[in-house]
Amino acid sequence: MSAEPSPQSPWQAATITRIEKRTPRVTSFWFQPSRPFTHLAGQHVDVRLTAPDGYQARRSYSIASAPEAGAAVELAIERLDDGEVSPFFHDVAAVGDEIELRGPLGGHFIWEESDGGPILLIGGGSGVVPLMAMARHRTLRNAAVPVALVFSARVWDEVIFRDELIGLDDRLDGFSLVLTLTREQARRPSDYSRRVDARMMAQAIERLPKAPRLAYVCGSNAFVSAAAQALIDADVPAGIIRTERYGV
Amino acid sequence: MVTRGFFSGRRPPSDTDARIPPGQYLEQGFPVLSAGPTPRVRTEDWSFTLKQGPKPIKKWNWAEFNALPQSKMTRDIHCVTAWTKFNTPWQGIMIDDILADAGIEPPTAYTLALSFDGYSTNVPTKDLVTGKAMVALLYEGKPITPDHGGPARLLVPHLYFWKSAKWVNGLQFTERDEPGFWELRGYHMYGDPWREQRYSSDP
Ligand SMILES: Cc1cc2nc3c(=O)[nH]c(=O)nc-3n(C[C@H](O)[C@H](O)[C@H](O)COP(=O)(O)OP(=O)(O)OC[C@H]3O[C@@H](n4cnc5c(N)ncnc54)[C@H](O)[C@@H]3O)c2cc1C
Repeated sequence: MSAEPSPQSPWQAATITRIEKRTPRVTSFWFQPSRPFTHLAGQHVDVRLTAPDGYQARRSYSIASAPEAGAAVELAIERLDDGEVSPFFHDVAAVGDEIELRGPLGGHFIWEESDGGPILLIGGGSGVVPLMAMARHRTLRNAAVPVALVFSARVWDEVIFRDELIGLDDRLDGFSLVLTLTREQARRPSDYSRRVDARMMAQAIERLPKAPRLAYVCGSNAFVSAAAQALIDADVPAGIIRTERYGV
Repeated sequence: MVTRGFFSGRRPPSDTDARIPPGQYLEQGFPVLSAGPTPRVRTEDWSFTLKQGPKPIKKWNWAEFNALPQSKMTRDIHCVTAWTKFNTPWQGIMIDDILADAGIEPPTAYTLALSFDGYSTNVPTKDLVTGKAMVALLYEGKPITPDHGGPARLLVPHLYFWKSAKWVNGLQFTERDEPGFWELRGYHMYGDPWREQRYSSDP
C-alpha cells in the first residue's frame, strides 16, 4: 500500500467505459480512473454514491481485472434485490457515468507471482472475483505457479467468468478448475454438486504437485467460515489460509 | 460529486443521524470480518499476559482473569467496512482493572493488543484507560462466540472495530507507536470513525 501523503482527496472520479452482463445476477463494469493506479491481484476499491441532498453510500468491490490489463479496472457486481448500492449499478449506471472511487485497498488478501505457490483458491459466488484477478495475473505473467481454483456456485448459469475459467483449465498449464454446483447436477465429469467439504478440499489439493503454500478463501461470511473449516479439516495449516469476507 | 440517478438511499431516521459517523450505515445484524480462519481457543488453554516490550509483567489464566472485577459497557460500534451497530452490550474486565491487579501505572504511551492467531493492533495507551476500553468476555450476557472473537476480545468502541482485537491474549506496552497487522497492510494508525480515519492515506 502506498504510504505517500496525498494532499488531495483519496477519492477520485472514474468513468464507466464498458458494461457486460456476466450471469443473470452479475454484471461487470469497467471504470477508467481519472488518476490511474496499479493494483495487486486480490485488492479492492471502495465506491461512493452521493445523492443530491448529500447522503452517501459506500461499498467495497474486489478488482476482477489483472494488474497487467490496463488502467480501466473491472468490478463484477452481484445484484442483491433489496440492497442499496448493487441495484443502482444494475438498474441505473450507464457507460459514460462518473462514479467516485478510491483505492486500490487491502494489503492482505493479495497474491503476486513472487509470492510463489502452489496456491489453492476457494471462491463462493461473487467471492470468485479477487481470485479471478489472481488467475488472470498468473496467465498474463506466464507464471508456472500451480493453481487449483474451487468455485462454488448455485447453478451452471451462475458460474461467473465460466468460459474464461474453462479456457484456462483447458490450457493444461498448471491451472486446474474445480466447479461445484450446490443446486444443480455437475456438468463436467470431474466437478461436484454439493457444498464445499474437507474431502473436496483434499481432492483439490491432490491436483497440485505439492501441498499449497497459500490458500485464499473469499465469499459470504457463511461460505468463508465453512470453507476455511473444510481446509483445516483437510489438514491445511491455519497459518497459510487468508480470508476475505463480503459480509452478510 | 453527486452521482447521476442515485436518490433513494437508506437514510437513517434523523434522530439517529448524530450517532452515525460519516460514510457509515446502520446495521441490525452483526457481520464478521477477519483475516483468516476462526481459531477455536479453549478456555483451558487461554491466558492473558501484560508485557512491557518483550518482558512479561503479569499473566492470568481463564479462572484468574474471570475473578477480576467485571464491568458492563453498552456502546455503538463502527466497522471500517462501513457498518455501524447501535447499543452493543458487553461485559468484561476494564483495562484499568487489569492494570490495577498487576499493580502498575501504564508504563508507556503506546500499546499493541496481541491475539492467539498472531494478529496485533496498535492503540495509544490513553485510549485504553480511564474507562474507555475493556477485555470483553460476554456479549448480550453470553460467552462471546469464536467468530466474534471469543473467548475474549478487546473492546475499544470509540475506534474502528478492527482495533477491538478478537481472540486477544495480551497487551504489550511499547515505546513507539508500532503498526499492528492491519496497520502494516494499509489501515490507519489511529482509526477514529468520526474523522473517517480508515486507510493510512486518510489525514
Ligand atoms: C472487501 C470486499 C470486497 C467485495 N467485493 C465484492 C465483489 O467483487 N462483488 C460483489 O458483488 N460484492 C462484493 N462485496 C460486497 C459489497 O461490498 C456489498 O456488500 C454488496 O454489493 C451489497 O451491497 P448493497 O448496497 O447492494 O446491499 P446492502 O444495502 O448493503 O444490503 C445487503 C443485504 O443486507 C440487507 N440489509 C442491509 N441493510 C438493511 C436494512 N436496513 N434493512 C433490511 N435489510 C438490510 C439487504 O437485504 C441485503 O440483502 C465486497 C465486500 C467487501 C467487504
